[in-house]
Amino acid sequence: MATQEHSVGQKRFDQWLPKLVVAPSFILSLIFIYGFIIWNGYLSFSTSRMLPNYEWAGMVQYESLWQNARWWVAIKNLGIFGVLFIGIGTMLGLFLAILLDQKIRVEGALRSIYLYPMALSFIVTGTAWKWILNPSFGLEHLVQSWGFPNYTFDWLVNPEKAIYTVVIAGVWQSSGFVMALFLAGLRGIDDSIIKAAQVDGASLPRIYWRIIIPSLRPVFFSTIMILAHLAIKSFDLVMALTNRGPGYSTDMPASFMYTMAFERGQLGVGAASSTMMLAMLAAIVVPYLYSELRGYKKNG
Amino acid sequence: MRALKIKNVKKSFGGVDILKGIDIEVEPGQFLILVGPSGCGKSTLMNLIAGLETVTSGEIVIGDRVVNDVPPKDRDIAMVFQSYALYPNMNVKKNITFGMEMRNVDKDEQEKILERVSKMLQIEHLLDRKPSQLSGGQRQRVAMGRALARDPGLFLFDEPLSNLDAKLRVEMRTEIKLLHQRTKTTVVYVTHDQIEAMTLGDRIAVMKDGHIQQFGTPHEIYDNPANMFVAGFIGSPSMNFIPTRIVAAEGGLGAEILHGEQNWIFPLQDPQGKLQAWVGKDVILGVRPEQFTAAEDDEPSYDCKVDIIEPTGPDTLVFVHLNGKEVVCRVHPKKAKHPGEIQRLTVDLTKAVVFDPKTEARIL
Amino acid sequence: MAKSTRFILYTVLLIAALFYLLPMYVMLTTSVKTMDEIRNGSLLAFPTGISLEAWGKAWDSACTGIQCSGLKPFFWNSVKIVVPAVILSTMLGAINGYVLTKWKFKGSDIIFSMMLFGVFMPLQVVLLPMSQTLGWMGLTESVWGLVTVHVLMGIASTTLFFRNYYVSIPDELVKAATLDGAGFFRIFWRIILPLSTPIIMVTFIWQFTNIWNDFLFGVVFSGSDSKPITVGLNNLVNTSTGVKEYNVDMAAAIIAGLPTMFIYFVAGKYFVRGLTAGAVKG
Repeated sequence: MATQEHSVGQKRFDQWLPKLVVAPSFILSLIFIYGFIIWNGYLSFSTSRMLPNYEWAGMVQYESLWQNARWWVAIKNLGIFGVLFIGIGTMLGLFLAILLDQKIRVEGALRSIYLYPMALSFIVTGTAWKWILNPSFGLEHLVQSWGFPNYTFDWLVNPEKAIYTVVIAGVWQSSGFVMALFLAGLRGIDDSIIKAAQVDGASLPRIYWRIIIPSLRPVFFSTIMILAHLAIKSFDLVMALTNRGPGYSTDMPASFMYTMAFERGQLGVGAASSTMMLAMLAAIVVPYLYSELRGYKKNG
Repeated sequence: MRALKIKNVKKSFGGVDILKGIDIEVEPGQFLILVGPSGCGKSTLMNLIAGLETVTSGEIVIGDRVVNDVPPKDRDIAMVFQSYALYPNMNVKKNITFGMEMRNVDKDEQEKILERVSKMLQIEHLLDRKPSQLSGGQRQRVAMGRALARDPGLFLFDEPLSNLDAKLRVEMRTEIKLLHQRTKTTVVYVTHDQIEAMTLGDRIAVMKDGHIQQFGTPHEIYDNPANMFVAGFIGSPSMNFIPTRIVAAEGGLGAEILHGEQNWIFPLQDPQGKLQAWVGKDVILGVRPEQFTAAEDDEPSYDCKVDIIEPTGPDTLVFVHLNGKEVVCRVHPKKAKHPGEIQRLTVDLTKAVVFDPKTEARIL
Repeated sequence: MAKSTRFILYTVLLIAALFYLLPMYVMLTTSVKTMDEIRNGSLLAFPTGISLEAWGKAWDSACTGIQCSGLKPFFWNSVKIVVPAVILSTMLGAINGYVLTKWKFKGSDIIFSMMLFGVFMPLQVVLLPMSQTLGWMGLTESVWGLVTVHVLMGIASTTLFFRNYYVSIPDELVKAATLDGAGFFRIFWRIILPLSTPIIMVTFIWQFTNIWNDFLFGVVFSGSDSKPITVGLNNLVNTSTGVKEYNVDMAAAIIAGLPTMFIYFVAGKYFVRGLTAGAVKG
């Protein structure tokens, strides 16, 4: 039998054990997330070029970042890509979700088809679309062979248009996911609300427009969050589809950072650009996280 | 079978006092009920007795041992939870023997106990099923079986019937009572249902806001409530609280009821003169619904207009107004009038109580 | 609903399905065509015959930069990275989620919120410090460097998954087991883990897909012998020496996507659940 003293010791140990178990993960997160953010931040204020050094340089790297034409291209591209990717992705996803919610016979199969691109790597997606969109053998060639010899579709190699090819591939990959989110939202709506509206004599499109879509607000909110998050971080797709080109016309902040830090030997500018990315994400994510955590508290 | 003593136990979470000094003493074999509205601290007290939480100050004594620092498994207790907390991944047999396995009880002994317990609860045919394949009542039984297998000195029940439907709840209530009579083990039983409290308990502790409002036998609590809260909480429908004034009447004191043109006086018996200081002052008169009944034809009566009636079967509840307050009367169905009609009522004031309207403490 | 509306509905849904299927169709057909057929035929034309030559080449002899051994070494690198990284990050997530829901202590919610931030952080912020740290630890040239990075960056999402799942397991189970005399690890092992199969599947698939598909860490933190398949594929496609062989590119792309596609079709249910559960990560 356990004596009193033994059990007191046992109890202290039991109280410490859970803390001991999460400690490694917590400490690692502290170092590798927060520590590294600070470290990276410091680098952005240093004179680092080819190699990191810790000589304080003030805002020099940020000044050169914002004077860099390529960074401006990257920001502009992020704007175009972000708006179109989020806008089209959300609309298409919602549209498909509503259509699929009409008691479709082969819903399961269609859902799988719409969603499978999400399982693929952006590198695979980029490779596939690069082939489809290439002017010599791809879509342009196909339409010409159908009897429209003057048809041109050269977006992939046109610096003005290349960013739109990234949008196409991005939407192709992610809209199925958006569809799944909205479909889950639609299924979560109380059936009796729709029945009540039908009894009130509302037509189906009106019910959707006036009642169902407005009640999907939280889904819109998280969908837009997720897509914005994907847009800011998008790197792989640009690398695989256009490799930032032609020239640097499809560069985005994430690929800009990679270029500066790992190809051009401009660590300081790279660090400054990633700090800017962190700031952009934080501006979107912090309010979202805040509301999520409040939700946890309520439920917990 | 062990005694339980709770001595000035306090518990606070992050600066909020949940329990503010609880004192309870229960003799071996008694059935103690902790009853109160949600948030009164009864479940916290239960967790403290079980050792799932630690006391901030005070002492908990089980048997003759202070158990403040004893881990739950060594307290000689067993607990039945509200959600039953059956391990979903284990079958009934494993659910019952898991605790014994943890305590290294040898296999033969485990089998013997399992057999005894499952026979007692008539769950022998369920031993190979998973909890998800059981009905609510069967789960309840298994949860009790798991507790019985420990053969504890103290049983803890945490609202064990609140997840069952009404009919099953009554059946299981009887069964728990039978079980207690057979095992004679000390029981602590948490509930928010005052009917369970009245029917099961040897001792009831009515709790509110971290305090014990009253501790006593079911009859003491029902007939002699310590304050308005206890009086209102125990009993269904609740005790009627009629705002009134103490006035001198022929041969004693009474409660004044103004009814239209009429001015009734409800005579009160006050052998100890507790009401003397309250003459002419406002008080609350507490009268249980069963003390208002229909008057016989030749009896003097108080005539009131019926607002609504609620037939319950054996009686009909008749709602009237006295001193502007709604009052429920328990009337024989054949004597009950319809809404709008006049009901002739009589009142038995021997058990009436009087409260101070400000402190809500009992005066008479 | 009228018959004609239903007809339009199905037509629209079918056209959408074609949009999603088209690239896969083009990839598959192109990969089994010969280069002549590709040059002279149309993008959408059905292949006249099935030639697996491009697949063979993509697997073990196509050039990725100066090295000409196909995707094979990269594929196995990815396997060597994914397997330990997925197992480790899932295990850590499970035990963290267990503590953060069932053994809460003062500050555990703060710890969770702080770890949660790791789910949202742009990974670019850790690239420079991480590459230096991996250099100090001597891990830059081996697959273990990437395993380390993926585990470190995966803990946040796996912890989130398990935490959200364990919240729905009633605390009373843990209390009951405590009264039965089981301790911290025994409760985890005997009660909690046996109930965790769905969330283990979700996390497993989520981590597998993410790590297999990763390109950023792969391209930044790998040495010449530890590059994962995504980097291999990208190098193969962008190698400009010689004639561009689209059929080989497409075969290579399919090979790179095969493991995750396989999981998607075998365990699609869990995949979708992971996506919506991990919606915050996106």
